[in-house]
Amino acid sequence: MNNLVENLPFMKSKRLAFSLVAILILALMVPLFNQPYYTKLIARVCVFAIAAVSLDLIVGFAGMVSLGHAAFFGIGVYCAGILAQFGITSIGLVVPIALVVALVIGGVIGSISLRTSGLYFIFITLAFSQMIFFVAQGLRMFGGDDGFRLPGPTIWFDGISLSQPRVLAYTMIVTLLMVIFVTSRLMSSNFGQVIVASRDNPRKIRSLGIRPYPYQLLLFMISASICALGGVGFANLNEYVSPASISWVQSGEFLFMVILGSAGTIIGPVLGAAAFVCLEQLLSSWTDYWMFYLGIILMLRVIFLKSGLLGLLTRRSQ
Amino acid sequence: MSSNLLLEIVDLIKTFGAILVTNKVSLNVKPGELHALIGPNGAGKSTLINQITGELDANEGSIWFDGQMVNAMSISHRAQIGISRAYQVPQLFSSMTVSAHLNMAQIAKNHLGFQMWNPSVIHEGLSESLEMILSKVGLLHLANHPSSELAHGEKRQLEMAICLSSSPKLLILDEPLAGLGPSESAQMIELIRSLKGAYGILLVEHDMEAVFSLADRVSVLVNGEIISSGSVEFIQNDELVKAAYLGDELEAH
Amino acid sequence: MEQVFNGLQLGMILFLMAVGVTLTFGVMNLINLAHGAILMVGAFFIAFTTSTIPSFGLAVLAALFLVFTLAWLVEVLLVKHLYSKSHLDQVLATFGLSIVLNDGVIMIWGREPLYVNLPSWLEGAVQITPGFSYPLYRLAITGVAILAGLALWLLLTKSRLGMQIRGGAEKREMIGALGVNINFLFTSVFALSAILAALGGIMLGPMISVQSGMGDPLLILSLAVVVIGGVGSLKGALYAAILVGLVDTLGRMLWPVMFGDIVGNIVSNSAIYILMAVVIAIRPSGLFGRRISV
Repeated sequence: MNNLVENLPFMKSKRLAFSLVAILILALMVPLFNQPYYTKLIARVCVFAIAAVSLDLIVGFAGMVSLGHAAFFGIGVYCAGILAQFGITSIGLVVPIALVVALVIGGVIGSISLRTSGLYFIFITLAFSQMIFFVAQGLRMFGGDDGFRLPGPTIWFDGISLSQPRVLAYTMIVTLLMVIFVTSRLMSSNFGQVIVASRDNPRKIRSLGIRPYPYQLLLFMISASICALGGVGFANLNEYVSPASISWVQSGEFLFMVILGSAGTIIGPVLGAAAFVCLEQLLSSWTDYWMFYLGIILMLRVIFLKSGLLGLLTRRSQ
Repeated sequence: MSSNLLLEIVDLIKTFGAILVTNKVSLNVKPGELHALIGPNGAGKSTLINQITGELDANEGSIWFDGQMVNAMSISHRAQIGISRAYQVPQLFSSMTVSAHLNMAQIAKNHLGFQMWNPSVIHEGLSESLEMILSKVGLLHLANHPSSELAHGEKRQLEMAICLSSSPKLLILDEPLAGLGPSESAQMIELIRSLKGAYGILLVEHDMEAVFSLADRVSVLVNGEIISSGSVEFIQNDELVKAAYLGDELEAH
Repeated sequence: MEQVFNGLQLGMILFLMAVGVTLTFGVMNLINLAHGAILMVGAFFIAFTTSTIPSFGLAVLAALFLVFTLAWLVEVLLVKHLYSKSHLDQVLATFGLSIVLNDGVIMIWGREPLYVNLPSWLEGAVQITPGFSYPLYRLAITGVAILAGLALWLLLTKSRLGMQIRGGAEKREMIGALGVNINFLFTSVFALSAILAALGGIMLGPMISVQSGMGDPLLILSLAVVVIGGVGSLKGALYAAILVGLVDTLGRMLWPVMFGDIVGNIVSNSAIYILMAVVIAIRPSGLFGRRISV
């Protein structure tokens, strides 16, 4: 077990490991102080972190830039919402259904998109997420463009529901930890090695006897499912379901989180999501036009920083 | 298809538009033999290799490997049945260590790519057989180094090690000596010599001394055609070959 | 019949945008997600200039000049750094630029949509056939787009710069070998693509309400055009643009009739992407594209 923990991709330095544990302890303590604003903030970070980690699998590890992950996020949001409309709110039902729906749609989108690469892949993932956006927008019985209020929060059991900030926060923290654990194991396995090799040199991996497509497709489907998990959390966080969660701006924000933190590291995107939420909160408290400044920060980050936050942290501790 | 041949190419033809790049080429490699393919630049050696490995499709003719016709097989399928290629420019995985490359070759060959839960065995260290391969090519001391930090000669050695880790039947070596200094060359030549008998080898090279020292048979490709094929002595004395090759490289030896 | 014309028109605007995308990617390997925002800025500029300059013609020129300046600034400050970076970096940086522009216009002009007034000599309708008349302005736009297309064609086939651009779009390695002034070439291509997009925006300005984000749906549609036509192919961009314009416009009439209101609406919006998915499935590099090597 010790050996396993040491081999997780991000556990390269002791100092980093300690800092992460410290952050985790802090995060676990916050919901105990009766401050719903900060508690929900923790939940928000976790929701985005889950989405960012799922995207990192495709962008960082598989080396393919997807501009359409908001679609899977939105699938999670709408699953939570639509099921709630029909009275299904038990977490034991909502989560598996969202996972399966995202898995299947991810399979359909992936099977077509993965036949392309590079520029085409970027465009086609964007296009597919637009299609899903239009479907959501067109569902007039579910609010159409405006969306609808979440009729009932997803619940663990009677009395403990995700509409309670503390419950939401702890649920999301635990979910995030599970996601980090599962994805780390996945990418440390043989499967992960194949994915990375296919990114580094597709020609060579073929000459060794492996066709990348089935592996990439499976990873894409897993990534879609995990992203939907974040979507379920998001629906409960906002207590609202709307197509805005499927916009390409949302996809772009997820990419920002991945690169802000350092792609291909799993922990990096988590840090990126945290940084993004902090930026979001800080900027919007100063000005109405926080997106403007976010865009500038984004451009500056691309031009001036070579690696993301994780890169900065691990370099210092070496 | 003669059953005792490892690789057999029969009347292979390849055109790029109006240009005939492979002109009714026939060639074979016996198990355990080292068959060298020589020829001036632009003769079509790379194109021929690409057709054997599957990176290019031939227009006409057939390619047989180990009793099967492989013309319709994908690159990865051909690799699975035992065709392994060491590229002229070493094709490596820039983010991986030396050991990880050998590990990957094994994962590919043994169909272990869908193991998704257990940490890849590379995290615990190399297996004995892979360690032996690393040591054979002389890279054991660099096992945990990122491949991006290797010198050119070391990358060549790694390329060879990767091939060997796939448990191949046929090794296609594409100019393994190019760019190597004298001592590195000598090392590589001896390495290749040690592989004779255990594998069928198709060696594409310009270094004539190496070719004549290693080859069991030699074929000469000029303008997409095999103009001569036979033992080393036969080729060294063949007038056709001397004329086509301008004689310089042969006479020097 | 009117819809056919509308479709062709949409196709021409998409063509202008798609050419920009395909050239910048083909020649400079640059993905520019801010292209839609540039179209929007073009529309805002014309709204601004027509409200301050009485002559429509002058207003158009002024707007074009403003766009050119902006494109030059953007290239020097941002785009220059992106040529050597990865696709991910380019996507993010130009994404950042697009949200800066989208919010920037709100900062300057507010959230209310703007309207552009047409001069009287462009108003009214033209009789094409007895019983069918078509708005003059829309015809004018189509004319302008065709002219722009012709001018582009002339530039690309008859001038030296044009040859360099075409060569670069087909085979990027050629540019270095030809000893071309790379900086000038790249800046020119970027400026050209920006002007084309902004021209689209300028022409659209009087037809639809000018507001933040108006260019983004068109950007995504133009990406679909480029994918269908094939990256790096100008012929592909033209044919695909017309195809997409027609399919989209005519489809919006057709699908609700075939599938009913709700489904028809969804299909109307998604039809182009379904088309794109089909094209990719059959020919992964687009109808006229060169094979993108993996």
